[in-house]
Amino acid sequence: MTAELLQFAFSGLTVGAVYALVALGFTLIYNASGVINFAQGEFVMIGGMTTVFLAAAGVPLPIAAIVAIGAAVLIGILLWALAIEPARGAPPIALIIITIGASIFLRGLAQIVFDKQFHALPPITGDAPIRIGGATVLPQTFWVLGGGFAVVVLLTLFLERTLLGKAVLATAANRLAARLVGINTAMVVCLSFAVSAGIGAFAGILITPITLTSYDVGTLLALKGFAAAMLGGIGNPVGAVAGGLLVGLIEAFGAGLISSDYKDAFAFFVILAVLFFMPAGLFGRRAVERV
Amino acid sequence: MKSLLITAAAAIGFALPAAAQSGEPIKIGAVLSASGPASFLGEPEKKTIELYVDRINEDGGLLGRPVELIVYDSGGDANQARTFATRLVEDDGIVAMVGGSTTGTTMAMAPIFDDYEIPLMSLAGAVVIIDPVQPFVFKTPHTDKMACEKIFEDIEKRGLSKVALISGTDGFGKSMREQCLGVVGDYGIEIVADESYGPKDSDMTPQLTNIKNTAGLEAIVNPGFGQGPAIVTRNAAQLGIDVPFYQSHGVASKSFIELAGDAAEGVRLPASALLVAELLPDDDPQKDVVVDYKTTYEAETGEPVSTFGGHAYDGLMLVFDAIKRANSTDPVAIRDALEETKDFIGTGGVVNMTPDDHLGLDLSAFRMLEIQNGDWTLVD
Repeated sequence: MTAELLQFAFSGLTVGAVYALVALGFTLIYNASGVINFAQGEFVMIGGMTTVFLAAAGVPLPIAAIVAIGAAVLIGILLWALAIEPARGAPPIALIIITIGASIFLRGLAQIVFDKQFHALPPITGDAPIRIGGATVLPQTFWVLGGGFAVVVLLTLFLERTLLGKAVLATAANRLAARLVGINTAMVVCLSFAVSAGIGAFAGILITPITLTSYDVGTLLALKGFAAAMLGGIGNPVGAVAGGLLVGLIEAFGAGLISSDYKDAFAFFVILAVLFFMPAGLFGRRAVERV
Repeated sequence: MKSLLITAAAAIGFALPAAAQSGEPIKIGAVLSASGPASFLGEPEKKTIELYVDRINEDGGLLGRPVELIVYDSGGDANQARTFATRLVEDDGIVAMVGGSTTGTTMAMAPIFDDYEIPLMSLAGAVVIIDPVQPFVFKTPHTDKMACEKIFEDIEKRGLSKVALISGTDGFGKSMREQCLGVVGDYGIEIVADESYGPKDSDMTPQLTNIKNTAGLEAIVNPGFGQGPAIVTRNAAQLGIDVPFYQSHGVASKSFIELAGDAAEGVRLPASALLVAELLPDDDPQKDVVVDYKTTYEAETGEPVSTFGGHAYDGLMLVFDAIKRANSTDPVAIRDALEETKDFIGTGGVVNMTPDDHLGLDLSAFRMLEIQNGDWTLVD
């Protein structure tokens, strides 16, 4: 039984780490601009698909991955410059609808630029499963978990230790006040789109060897990532990561112990229950007070 | 001189309508999901039909008349398909129809064709299209029920009996799961586990862990479509599950082998002969047809052949064959001729239709394949 539980836990952590990275992207942009960017899943897709196609064209994998992240960052900035910035001053709900439009557009574009097939990438360090206490884990899982951890650490360092990062935090806390002390808040929003896109693409590259990728993987990831961000408390990076891992774990244990038919329903039921009793999410209130 | 010219012109003028009469095109309609989520079905189907209509016209047409193809793209939307179907029968004046690509579009269009008494040759999978039989509705692809039977037959042949199902919750997986549960009683097989996964899920190890721990497990069957089965296959290898593993005809393409990688070794699945055209023995009745279609399609489009395009080839050729045998373009006569189709060799199998069987394929149409060294091999 313990081996089974361990297996469910590994499964949940792998999937959860992906949700966590997507939720982190949501959080960054939400903090800087108050917008929930529903094109966040498409950044994950762009990362995976660009790497697959560059690798297929003979580009070495590490270079393909870097170019893919660069491409996603560029698209993130373009999304901001062409769609979000011109609509500056519009209520957040209008901006959110713009991002939904952008996500449909990016998906359509990916069908033409890439194709409609599913693709895989070779794992970074082989695919011989590692046995831990009766459960088996793919080496790639550790890359996903490690990559996610590294992103969280780097992001925290950036936000807390650099002037630019502090500008982002200040904008998140109070946009008007930030502008009054001379912070270029438009620049901060642009930066948040760029960083979110980069994180999304990075996640997309790490998970493609496990989950495969296609032009429309972003939709479900955005939904689950959004749910994770809400569960953790929208706007709180720690909450986003915790929420992501939690959603992944609930899904895995729900599928394994209760019924695989109601796996998604079970995850969303827990999220609803939590939000019913803690409307700000698990970490929501505290974060606001701290800042 | 002038009057002579006028006479000649008049003669030509009189002659023209008569010539046009004998060469009036035979109109065939097609409503296909050439764009949208089911475009992987509709795209090769459309290319195939256009390619072979051009070919028959180059060879002098049908009954000495050219064939005119009218294709509409439903985008996979049943409402759209119905609108186009109405246009085809009311305005365009078609004598027969090939399509739709999906079960949804087909079922939306079928009543129109029964009302107007024009034969409809569907390219969609589900058994509901032809069971119960509707007088003017036919189809070419194998059904998921036949896939289940083929798989269970093979499991029984290997002397195994305790089978676990892990099915996708998409339309394909759900339908095939039900069909498998429906026919399992005909075989000495017991379903010992019945798990499912969402079509976009990225990790199925929890379900497979439960299956692995099921007492007496002897084989796993995975009805599913898209990337899910590739992930299930990878997860099964990750967990070290080494019982015989069966996939469905839904993933019978090279991309499944690429996606599942080494984990696909030893996986078996039922598939149409088209997939293994070169591997068929020379005395196989389908050999010539599938090799010819494959080489033609790949040379003309530059894309690898798919079973879906093959279904379209079969559908179009069945209609041509029926028109030739009926020696008429009367839709009811074409329908009657279709029902009398005997020993028609298509890419999907040998077709023998009757008024009660508007599919006309038996289990021999499916070949059991095993993946070895990253390629298909024939099992029997």
